Amino acid sequence: MNRRLLSLLLILLAGGAAYLLFPYNLAFLTRILIMIVLVLSLDLILGLAGIATLGQAAMYGAGAYAAGLFAIHVWADPVAGLLAGAVAGALLAAVSGAVLMRTQGLTLIMLTIAVAQICAEIANRARGVTGGADGLRGIRPGKVLGLWEFDFIGITGYWYAFAVMFLVFLALAVIARSPFGLSLRGIHESPERMVAIGVSIYRRRLAAYTMGGAIAGIAGALSAQITQLVSLESFSFTLSAEALIMLILGGTGRLYGAILGTVIFMAVHHVAAANDPFNWLFVIGALVLVVVFFLPRGLVALPASLKRLAKGGRHAGS
Amino acid sequence: MADRLLELGNVTAGYGPTHVLRDLSLSVAPGERLAVIGRNGAGKTTLLNTIMGLTRLHGGHLRYGGRSLDRMAPHRRNGLGLGLVPQTRDIFPSLTVEENLLSCLRGDATLEEAYALFPRLKERRRNGGMQLSGGEQQMLSIARTLMTRPEVLLLDEPLEGLAPVICEQLMAVFEELAKDGTRAVVLVEQHAEAALAFATRVILMANGTIVHEGPAGDLIADKTLLHRHVGVGIDP
Repeated sequence: MNRRLLSLLLILLAGGAAYLLFPYNLAFLTRILIMIVLVLSLDLILGLAGIATLGQAAMYGAGAYAAGLFAIHVWADPVAGLLAGAVAGALLAAVSGAVLMRTQGLTLIMLTIAVAQICAEIANRARGVTGGADGLRGIRPGKVLGLWEFDFIGITGYWYAFAVMFLVFLALAVIARSPFGLSLRGIHESPERMVAIGVSIYRRRLAAYTMGGAIAGIAGALSAQITQLVSLESFSFTLSAEALIMLILGGTGRLYGAILGTVIFMAVHHVAAANDPFNWLFVIGALVLVVVFFLPRGLVALPASLKRLAKGGRHAGS
Repeated sequence: MADRLLELGNVTAGYGPTHVLRDLSLSVAPGERLAVIGRNGAGKTTLLNTIMGLTRLHGGHLRYGGRSLDRMAPHRRNGLGLGLVPQTRDIFPSLTVEENLLSCLRGDATLEEAYALFPRLKERRRNGGMQLSGGEQQMLSIARTLMTRPEVLLLDEPLEGLAPVICEQLMAVFEELAKDGTRAVVLVEQHAEAALAFATRVILMANGTIVHEGPAGDLIADKTLLHRHVGVGIDP
């Protein structure tokens, strides 16, 4: 069977297995799925296009507030809410990206953080609309596709988030293999060369940033619909930084790394924090250190590294 | 068709505040085969980079098909019909051969055209860019630029560091590319012999300026000309 199809099948099976094995942890599993969507958006921006950002939460938060407000004031349909979140994320990314994509390196990183902070402050000040520090409440999403109501246990939420994550993954896989996606990787690896072969770096980077913004907006919208609450934390620096760590942990530029990194990070976080609520960060720190030192291409490169190691051992033994 | 497709008038250009090209004037006609010969540091690569807009223009003007290039972004110059194959090749290492080509696909260009020109690339289409030999990388670099359908192909020392048999193969490809007369080829080379055999017109460069310009036949007939102007020679 085609390796790509096999990988997709594996994701579907993993989704089903997680549901069956952890039926009492659906809320946590759903949080993982939402984070995967956010980290996938970061993989498009950072992994493919090489745009360094620590402000992806800006688009996530914009999507969350947009979907929440949309559900409260316009229409409670979840899919329409997702679109509202995507549009909000894309708009914020396009507008801020028009300036940000003219910068690089440290300047770019600082500006992305600034955008997220400005968004958080606006949400805080616009208390009448967003609920300010108390958060946006009263979100009551309707039935998914008019069929499945969000239930207390979280079954609908889990499968809804899984379906969205899977579709986002598929869309990104297609984009990554398209001439557009390949040109993004070209820009990442040799911007001077891409310019010489007629590619406007600025436009491609802006397009990628906007797409990434739309996907982050979808992640935010998912969160708003499933948790039925949007807080200022949606714009937090911690969220952006954690998403980045998850991506680095899994491996950048390969999409599967985003899934793997998020699952490992959140699982370790969950277990470590439950066992030691005060020192769990040590475990996360140690994990990141080990991966960065021994697997600089991320956990997704582990099988290849082990294979190489085994080969080396055989050669040494013979 | 205009007899001057690409025109440089009194161009002074370089990197940052540094002037590398000084008061250089040059024109390229459609379908022309032009060789640029000179020693290291003569300004040959800077000349091609200036045509592509990758340097700072301090003075003079550049025109392509009657349009001014002076303030035009590099990617737009490629869109007009200028295509550069850089000396550094710049293969995207994480992409396969096929992906390297697809990343630059423009208009009606197809992968099959590239594979017809370089069958070796078809055999290695699933290999990563950095798994290729030097010659294969150069083929890929050329094929990738051809995917953008250039009317003027700028080749920056394409034979550098390659085995003689690969050089012969590449020269045959350049012949093929130039033979129908629709595409101008500007070949920057230190291999004077190969460049003269290919070109109809030659410019010799030294210290950022043109020190001799004329038909390739003149330099073939009088082998001392090359040595006198740029200090490089060809076998008598």
